[in-house]
Amino acid sequence: MIEATAQGRYSVIRSTRASRGGAVAGIVLLLFLAAAPWWADRATMRLLVEIFYILALAQMWNLLAGYAGLVSVGQQAFVGLGGYMLFALAIFTPVGAAWSIPLAGLIGAVVSLPVAFLVFRLRGHYFAIGTWVVAEVFLLGFAQIQTLGGGSGISLPVSVVRDIAASRSGRDAVIYLVALAVVICIIAIVYGLLRSRHGLALTAIRDSEEASASLGVDNFRAKLMIYIFVAFGTTAIGALIFLTKLRISPAAAFDINWTTTVIFIVVIGGIGTIEGPIIGTLIFFLLREPLAQFGTWYLILLGLVAVVIMLKAPQGIWGLVAERWDLRFFPVQRRLRFEPPD
Amino acid sequence: MSLLAVRNLTAFYGDFQALFGIDFSLDEGETVAVIGANGAGKSTFLRSVTGLVKYAADEFTYDGRSIAGRKASDIPGLGIAMVPEGRRLFPSLSVEENLVIGGYDGRPGTWSLDRVYGMFPRLKERRDNPGTALSGGEQQMVAIGRALMANPKLLLCDELSLGLAPIIIKDIYESVPAIKAEGVSLLIVEQDINQALEVADRVYCFQEGRISLEGNPAQMSRDDIANAYLGKSQ
Amino acid sequence: MIEWVNSILQGVLTGGLYALFATGLAIIFGVMRLVNITHGDFIVLAAFVALVVVEGTGVGPFISLIAVIPIMAVFGYVLQRGVLNPTLGPDLLPPLLVTFGLSIVIQNLLLEVFSADSQRLKIGAFETLSINLTEDLAVGVFPLIIFVTAVVLIFAIQAVFNRTSLGRAFRATSDDPVTAQLMGIDHRHVYGLAMALALVLVAIAGVFLGVRTNFDPSVGPSRLLFAFEAVIMGGLGSLWGTLAGGIILGVAQNIGAKIDPGFQILAGHIAFLVVLAIRPNGLFPRTRDD
Repeated sequence: MIEATAQGRYSVIRSTRASRGGAVAGIVLLLFLAAAPWWADRATMRLLVEIFYILALAQMWNLLAGYAGLVSVGQQAFVGLGGYMLFALAIFTPVGAAWSIPLAGLIGAVVSLPVAFLVFRLRGHYFAIGTWVVAEVFLLGFAQIQTLGGGSGISLPVSVVRDIAASRSGRDAVIYLVALAVVICIIAIVYGLLRSRHGLALTAIRDSEEASASLGVDNFRAKLMIYIFVAFGTTAIGALIFLTKLRISPAAAFDINWTTTVIFIVVIGGIGTIEGPIIGTLIFFLLREPLAQFGTWYLILLGLVAVVIMLKAPQGIWGLVAERWDLRFFPVQRRLRFEPPD
Repeated sequence: MSLLAVRNLTAFYGDFQALFGIDFSLDEGETVAVIGANGAGKSTFLRSVTGLVKYAADEFTYDGRSIAGRKASDIPGLGIAMVPEGRRLFPSLSVEENLVIGGYDGRPGTWSLDRVYGMFPRLKERRDNPGTALSGGEQQMVAIGRALMANPKLLLCDELSLGLAPIIIKDIYESVPAIKAEGVSLLIVEQDINQALEVADRVYCFQEGRISLEGNPAQMSRDDIANAYLGKSQ
Repeated sequence: MIEWVNSILQGVLTGGLYALFATGLAIIFGVMRLVNITHGDFIVLAAFVALVVVEGTGVGPFISLIAVIPIMAVFGYVLQRGVLNPTLGPDLLPPLLVTFGLSIVIQNLLLEVFSADSQRLKIGAFETLSINLTEDLAVGVFPLIIFVTAVVLIFAIQAVFNRTSLGRAFRATSDDPVTAQLMGIDHRHVYGLAMALALVLVAIAGVFLGVRTNFDPSVGPSRLLFAFEAVIMGGLGSLWGTLAGGIILGVAQNIGAKIDPGFQILAGHIAFLVVLAIRPNGLFPRTRDD
């Protein structure tokens, strides 16, 4: 798109040097990760799976809070729902475990409609706590369902586990590749969404709700669509998470820590960017490995870091980096380049 | 001695410079009007005096003391009260509460609820209404009364006439002599030039953040003012 | 039949405690437009402070309030001015995430210092004392005291807001902090005072909580949810609405528990969601929308 004016030419730039270089490096990295079953040991693969699903959750929460301005602290409702749907589908239907993941996502999207009907009545900060109440209702509700193990939980039947793959290493490889596929799909969809016309509308809402409304952006509709999509993604990820765990209980499924972890990751990495959650996830796991032995102190440290970042550098670590070196690996904005006349 | 003296005042809103080296003075007992078009920097000037914007100045003294960089909430205690643009009454407070809160600082002086009601009898009838349930003119009376309750030595009035019918504006301005009679100095910012010139001892005209004309209104011609107001290019 | 009446009566009394939780939250929201996610953890923190005072000096939990109230009030003022004031602005995200982060920090600090063990503030035989209303109906003296205290405190806070200079400053600052400064009101200081006042209520609520039930560092969030539900069900019109919201929540929980112990908390949440579905602005909404 090029506009010529008397003073020179403007062109709209959507890619950056970093994004073009990043694309090449990204493909290499992807091939390397996809080959992990042939080079990584079991512990490494388990760690990578965990990194993948936490990163996917972080991307979902970031889309919800960082772009649509819907700050939910109750996304564990959908994580847990996904886990339980995986178990229910695997136990009561002939659907295989792998197909249960997208199917659980669809169920999550359907369930999110009545939830949205309720929580969208709460504005601003109250929305956040409203979503938390809903997550508690899910927790207490699933604890009442005896066929899914009630309050004490249930294990995935051995026959279902065997179905995934006959050998343990085969299962590990399948689950690993599914997790990799899920996180790639999530990032690709988020990136595609933000680059689309809808993404532009979302960014407008994030930057100024009033101004975007005056430009004809239907805030409510856009937010609702994002809420439903994020419910879909989060529920699917929840199904994946509990596929790796093979056991589920209400307390584990609807644990607020799913959301807490993700919030810290997104805030520290940089809210409202695709790169931020990636950086945040890497930092989270890098710090966790040496610091996990300190248990609660690690959480205290994370909480304090998140508070300090929110106060001193609300754009997060990636925001600081991007500003300093003008780096963008996932350029979602359109930039004007001015070419002076000859 | 000047009550308010300002030398080389500059102020910014982000990257936008609103004031470029304003020199200004106001003597005790004087009424000074600041006129100018929209965006000329008049309101920014008042917001500098009340400490609501950050600024730089070689001199910014009130009553012989520097007030540069003072917190906005310290200013009323020094005897500077403001009738803000658009009245800005507190919707949660009744008319009477809006007046009472004007005296929050407890600065001693001659103004009281009774005296404000004496000046604006209509407010007494509506004392228990929410401030925002009143007509525009009545709201402006509350805003003036609220500022007087602070017992100011210097009263800043930002666009008293804004959004009001001419007959109401006349009503409002009729209270000015009574306020002057108390020894209060006034700094009036107005787009309505006629009203401003009528009550002012001296006038400053602002244009694009600079002072384009200053003097005694009686000695100014209409053309001088029109030039200073709109700029010579127009 | 009389069992149900009893459930409802106990629920009303519990509702007084919930209203006390909720009033602090409502003050903070009313003045600062800040939803304090740390609120439940503040209540638990107050209970632990009381525990330390009780164990350190040997005084009873109620006497410990002489120390707990000022400690919490000063803590609230300093926290508001040092940490929360800088987050206030048009963007909702910073205050929300900062209070969320603080909540995690406080929970885990309490866990580190006091362990996950259940604690209780003991008041001896007084705890089980009750008055027989009829042959089959009795109310505990202590729950009754909590309820009456809650009503008296809500009345007092409402009076502070309606009739005092400080209350006018609270309302004016909430309406328009910029114009409030033109009145000589230092909005940052007023916010600090509002948080201090809220934490006075939190201190009292924390001690009551600690006497009535076992507590440990993890119980804060559920108290936040109760407080939040009471505030929303009551509507944001007045603190009396908040009291009504607390009572509805208490009654719903007690009726739920009567049906099945597993339904206690769930019934409260469901009552909240039902009110939200049919009366989104609560039962006693504020007349002015802002």
